Amino acid sequence: MLDTLLLSRIQFAANISFHILFPTITIALGWVLLFFRVRYNSTGDARWMEAYGFWVKVFALSFAMGVVSGITMSFQFGTNWPGFMEIVGNIAGPLLAYEIMTAFFLEAVFLGIMLFGFSRVPRWLHTSATFLVAFGTTMSTFWIIVLNSWMHTPQGFEMIDGVAHATDWWAIIFNPSMPYRFFHMMLASFLTVSFLIAGVSAFRWLIGGRTSGVRVAMRTAIFTAALLIPVQILVGDMHGLNTKEYQPAKVAAMEGVWETERGVPLLLFALPDEEARENNFEIGIPGLASFILTHEWDGEVKGLNEFVAEDGTPLHPRVAPVFWSFRVMVGTGMLMLLASWAAVFLMLRKRSDGMGRRGVEGLPKPFLFGLVAMTFSGWLATLAGWYTTEIGRQPWLVQGVMTTKEAVADVPPTMVLSSLIAYLAVYVILLGAYISVIFYLARRASRGQSIEPRLPQSEDAQVRVVPAE
Amino acid sequence: MYTFGDPTQWLPFVFAGLMGLSILIYVVLDGFDLGVGVLFPFADDEEKDAMIASIGPFWDANETWLVLAVGLLLVAFPSAHGEILTALYAPVAIMLIGLILRGVAFEFRVKAPAAYKRLWNNAFFIGSLMTSLSQGFMLGLYVMGLDWTLGHVAFACLTAVFLTVGYSFIGATWVIHKNSDALQLKAVDWAKGGIWGLILGVGAVSLATPYVSPRIFEKWFDFPQVLWLAPLPVVSGLLIVWLWTMLRRMPFANDHWNWLPFVAATLLWTTAYGGMAYSFYPYVVPEKITIYEAASAPESLFIILIGSLFVLPAIVGYTLLSYWIFRGKAHELRYD
Repeated sequence: MLDTLLLSRIQFAANISFHILFPTITIALGWVLLFFRVRYNSTGDARWMEAYGFWVKVFALSFAMGVVSGITMSFQFGTNWPGFMEIVGNIAGPLLAYEIMTAFFLEAVFLGIMLFGFSRVPRWLHTSATFLVAFGTTMSTFWIIVLNSWMHTPQGFEMIDGVAHATDWWAIIFNPSMPYRFFHMMLASFLTVSFLIAGVSAFRWLIGGRTSGVRVAMRTAIFTAALLIPVQILVGDMHGLNTKEYQPAKVAAMEGVWETERGVPLLLFALPDEEARENNFEIGIPGLASFILTHEWDGEVKGLNEFVAEDGTPLHPRVAPVFWSFRVMVGTGMLMLLASWAAVFLMLRKRSDGMGRRGVEGLPKPFLFGLVAMTFSGWLATLAGWYTTEIGRQPWLVQGVMTTKEAVADVPPTMVLSSLIAYLAVYVILLGAYISVIFYLARRASRGQSIEPRLPQSEDAQVRVVPAE
Repeated sequence: MYTFGDPTQWLPFVFAGLMGLSILIYVVLDGFDLGVGVLFPFADDEEKDAMIASIGPFWDANETWLVLAVGLLLVAFPSAHGEILTALYAPVAIMLIGLILRGVAFEFRVKAPAAYKRLWNNAFFIGSLMTSLSQGFMLGLYVMGLDWTLGHVAFACLTAVFLTVGYSFIGATWVIHKNSDALQLKAVDWAKGGIWGLILGVGAVSLATPYVSPRIFEKWFDFPQVLWLAPLPVVSGLLIVWLWTMLRRMPFANDHWNWLPFVAATLLWTTAYGGMAYSFYPYVVPEKITIYEAASAPESLFIILIGSLFVLPAIVGYTLLSYWIFRGKAHELRYD
């Protein structure tokens, strides 16, 4: 049962899922590093530089992973989805070109200066390089989100002989879902990085690496998370309302609503059955979905049955993956809210001697273990969110303009299968190596507190060990 | 009718030029990165670190020229992009996996536990080798018109080897420039050993292209073109002779002019590349689709062109800044 379309979709999903993990880290980590750098410049306090010194290595590693997995994407448009550029290339092309020209070169060149130029360039130039790298990653996010959002809510074009031609670039760039998606993704990145820093710092704290650098990193991470998660929930809600307006079929799948109804319950659990077109084992809170989506308890929500062609072909996505991805994303978000607010509460408690706040010492051991377990929770939420929106757009590739099927290349399925297996093998190995190296670096940095290891010269680029306080 | 001539005529030409330029910059800049990777097994552990240090701050930006090149193919000539990349599906997949291995190895080899360093050194070599071989293979198949016949594949296998050796040659000239003492001497030997790959590669492509297409044959050998094209092979020949005499005399006293072999190698690549570009113009898919047929709508190309006029000079500017900051001999690759 080898099918080129399905295999190509799985391959693209595998590539883009693997890829997005790393930009999700570098987008926000760049700004966090700039924050550390600027704090060091203004206070001269070495702990900020210690935090910078550790996290810049994680940044470099994540950046390399992001770059190489991103190149794969740009080639896949041609190798697997030539129809995409043939039909909407006049719109997608300039957006991609601007991403390469305004973002990729900027980040790549200044990353070299940021990583290796500390003692070669003046302080202002090193700080500027850090800024330009962060700015570059954000520009890259902007352009790719513009293109992705346009695929969800296309406008500003006309079709001539089956090919899209741009008529209004302003309308294309500021298409209806772009602002929501952009801020949703930026916040997702900041939350992912916050929990990454919190998790790794908790790990270092638990194994005895209680340096002041770990302390400031942990504090920065926890307060950022606690501050941004409510904003993210608000932006997510607005994004959902926008989706309801422009892609009602996706919202129906997210909520598991088959028939158009009023007073729709918010389903906490259900097993959607695509054949019978109904849900089994529903558990829900009455009226809540209507309230969230329409801000009225008996508001009307369009059901999936509205999106079926006359011959019975569904014009909506498969329900179960969208329904469940959405719940994983929201569930992880709620857990993040709970964890970050609890951490703030614990850290802000007064010390027993009345001298100031407890800070990181205020976090009990089991809580720290919990933070370690949540190190990559941002990845989970981000992937689940992207699955919701991308699978939710199916069967369309560009909503209402072209279907995914129209874009696929006529490559033999065995060929796609071979490349898919090769990519998957590489990705599994690299993901394992990436995670283990992050914790290896954390262990090294922590051990350095008591013993200054004598590194062979060739390992000089490894973590610089900071002496004990 | 138009202020600046017909945009459906000059826009595709400009974009073909930009794309060609990106590919040329890519094969020179990432060519030396990949060459260093291909030469990795011939170096001992300390030399490996020194070689990495000489490309560490640059490789990422160098690779971005490939993204720009394929990006321009994608945005300016969408139908050709699909045609070329689906025909080259397998070598592209191999190249991408090679690029992934090579790129992450830079980081992992110094960050993973020391016991794994050898493993990541191997990944760096294998990744560079896979990338070079598949690029050479793609070059050969492209020259042959993108048809998978036995003869064409055999020719592509040859160009794969030639390009890989050619990359190792330009990589060696970069090592000569960025390193000193024993490693520099070793690199001179590598360069002497690798120059034949370049000569055979250029020769094979030059001989094969007119043979494959009578159109290209006429373009080169018809009177009077042959007169003003004649300098091209002559210049290439002179560059090779110059390179060879230089390499025999290296290292120069006080290490002066250590960058000359790299510059000469770059000039040689450029002449060879220029010849190829002349042969294939106006086709982007050999003998099938011209740049004018494959081009995107003029209004889309125009909006990219306006951006490039501002952005490309800036890119060139800060790239030069980076090479200037990291000028001179490569030191250990340190974060401080």
